[in-house]
Amino acid sequence: MTTLLIAEHDNAHLKDATHKALSAAKALGAPVHVLVAGANARAAAEAAAKLDGVEKVLLADAPAYEHMLAEPTAALIVSLAGSYDALVAPSTSNGKNIMPRVAALLDVMQVSDITKVVSPDTFERPIYAGNAIQTVQATDPKKVITVRTAAFPAAGEGGLAAIENVNAAADPQVSSFKGEEIAKSDRPELTSARIIISGGRSLGSAENFKTYIEPIADKLGAAMGASRAAVDAGYAPNDWQVGQTGKVVAPDLYIAVGISGAIQHLAGMKDSKVIVAINKDEEAPIFQVADYGLVGDLFTILPELNSALSNPSA
Amino acid sequence: MKVLVSVKRVVDFNVKIRVRPDGSGVELANVKMSMNPFDEIAVEEAVRLKEQGKATEIVAVSIGPQQAGETIRTALAMGADRGLLVKTDAAVEPLAVAKILKGVIAQEQPDLVIMGKQAIDDDSNQTGQMLAALLGWPQGTFAFKVNVGEGAVDVTREVDGGLQTVGLKLPAIVTTDLRLNEPRYASLPNIMKAKKKPLDETSPEALGVDVAPRLKVLKTAEPGGRKAGVKVASVAELVSKLKTEAGVL
Ligand SMILES: Cc1cc2nc3c(=O)[nH]c(=O)nc-3n(C[C@H](O)[C@H](O)[C@H](O)COP(=O)(O)OP(=O)(O)OC[C@H]3O[C@@H](n4cnc5c(N)ncnc54)[C@H](O)[C@@H]3O)c2cc1C
Ligand SMILES: Nc1ncnc2c1ncn2[C@@H]1O[C@H](COP(=O)(O)O)[C@@H](O)[C@H]1O
Repeated sequence: MTTLLIAEHDNAHLKDATHKALSAAKALGAPVHVLVAGANARAAAEAAAKLDGVEKVLLADAPAYEHMLAEPTAALIVSLAGSYDALVAPSTSNGKNIMPRVAALLDVMQVSDITKVVSPDTFERPIYAGNAIQTVQATDPKKVITVRTAAFPAAGEGGLAAIENVNAAADPQVSSFKGEEIAKSDRPELTSARIIISGGRSLGSAENFKTYIEPIADKLGAAMGASRAAVDAGYAPNDWQVGQTGKVVAPDLYIAVGISGAIQHLAGMKDSKVIVAINKDEEAPIFQVADYGLVGDLFTILPELNSALSNPSA
Repeated sequence: MKVLVSVKRVVDFNVKIRVRPDGSGVELANVKMSMNPFDEIAVEEAVRLKEQGKATEIVAVSIGPQQAGETIRTALAMGADRGLLVKTDAAVEPLAVAKILKGVIAQEQPDLVIMGKQAIDDDSNQTGQMLAALLGWPQGTFAFKVNVGEGAVDVTREVDGGLQTVGLKLPAIVTTDLRLNEPRYASLPNIMKAKKKPLDETSPEALGVDVAPRLKVLKTAEPGGRKAGVKVASVAELVSKLKTEAGVL
């Protein structure tokens, strides 16, 4: 039968998380349909139709799906589930919110955050902050799966799938959207950036993130991240948190500045290709995973790094 | 308003676990266990609602072995009123936990259920959403702020890109994120008082729930290691290595 991939998008654009989850969906070996649930989301559906390996795009375009609230969106997915063997979504905040609701309505045990498809019913997933990797076989007839996007490459374009409109399902009408504060930024998103520079508690203030981290991020075209301690202290926004219970990233280059390297932080970045650590404590655990470590005070090192990056011959 | 909180007994967040050499699982013998940190936040939120006069009673539920009773005692010492241990030595998956909690809720009839967003052992991040589905209730996951009103609750959620606020009809499920509050430590007098609070016991069988796993764990392995690299002496050396050796700049 077929796999249904739930797209991550903002109605106008398809998010990179969809491209990555598509690679996992394709690895299941069956044809892949993509569901775009949104409001005025034709543009996102058209982008999905161009992805390589997508057989069909289902577009559910209704006001109820504008913010992908869990209750109506799960009802929609369940209404479509009969024709599918597997339902797959990226582990974004939408995917994590909606898919377990779908799974329970179908009486299926979800496989969360897979990092590898071993066979159509067998997967690898990290547990205990990535300190152990479980291989699990899902015995339910239908599979409900969320995908750790950092573990899969982004599928490319080259497809030309048909877009089919599907009807909205009855909205349970128990929830409503009240508002949002979404930061607008020209920077790449954390989970798709090629380079990330993250700061820890030692930055000391939001202003210091601006003064010391931001200019370097600008020069490198990097996304900015943070440890939990920096977020809790209000130095950085919530959604910058990298780690076990924040975002999991695997960029080409991760620069950890003044971050000690607690297991919960390592869980979110230790699969980066190259790791740089800057820390004044040479015993800091972050150095155990760093390819390049620089021991010293970040308040002198970062300005030096900033000027070294301005000078192409350095 | 009656509030139900779920509390799971897990390996303490400070412990670096070890995988058994034969791949049969994670070594749990003689390891320090604690309440799942997100559940501490759930208990704290419920206690604050009670202190504000919004909640009248807090029931703490745990599903697990006899020792999970200690985790419930911790919740009682933080301010919960009663405990219920659903005793089982089996490893219970989120779907079965949700079914058990549904059974408990049929008896207890709470108006609000507060749970953690994620248990830090299995890292599933599923149970609250599943319970909401089974009950047909709305869900406010990854809560940053909870505002209880008349017959409804507004939940501000930590989402990709920022914050989102949803309005939910009660009864509802809320799952906690890290910034919702800072849990209190139980004081010694409260720990003593908690010993006298009621703690009932039941079982999955008594609630009619089959806990047979749906996921078969074939193997548990150590993650691929990463070896420590080199220390560089200066910014200039770092930049040059990133350019030439690593090729990432
Ligand atoms: C349930 C739970 C979930 C968690 N989830 C996450 C998560 O997802 N992500 C996460 O990051 N954490 C998480 N944590 C928190 C984690 O355990 C650590 O507390 C946190 O990562 C520490 O942040 P930090 O490294 O910034 O701060 P600290 O541990 O305080 O480290 C600061 C570091 O800065 C260095 N330093 C100080 N001054 C300077 C200077 N001038 N120059 C250079 N270096 C300096 C110090 O040597 C030290 O190594 C979680 C914890 C729990 C309990
Ligand atoms: N065995 C359990 N006993 C009590 N609560 C649980 C149990 N398992 C899961 N939960 C609750 O569900 C939340 C999410 O867990 P999980 O879906 O396993 O990540 C936890 O933070 C707990 O509040």
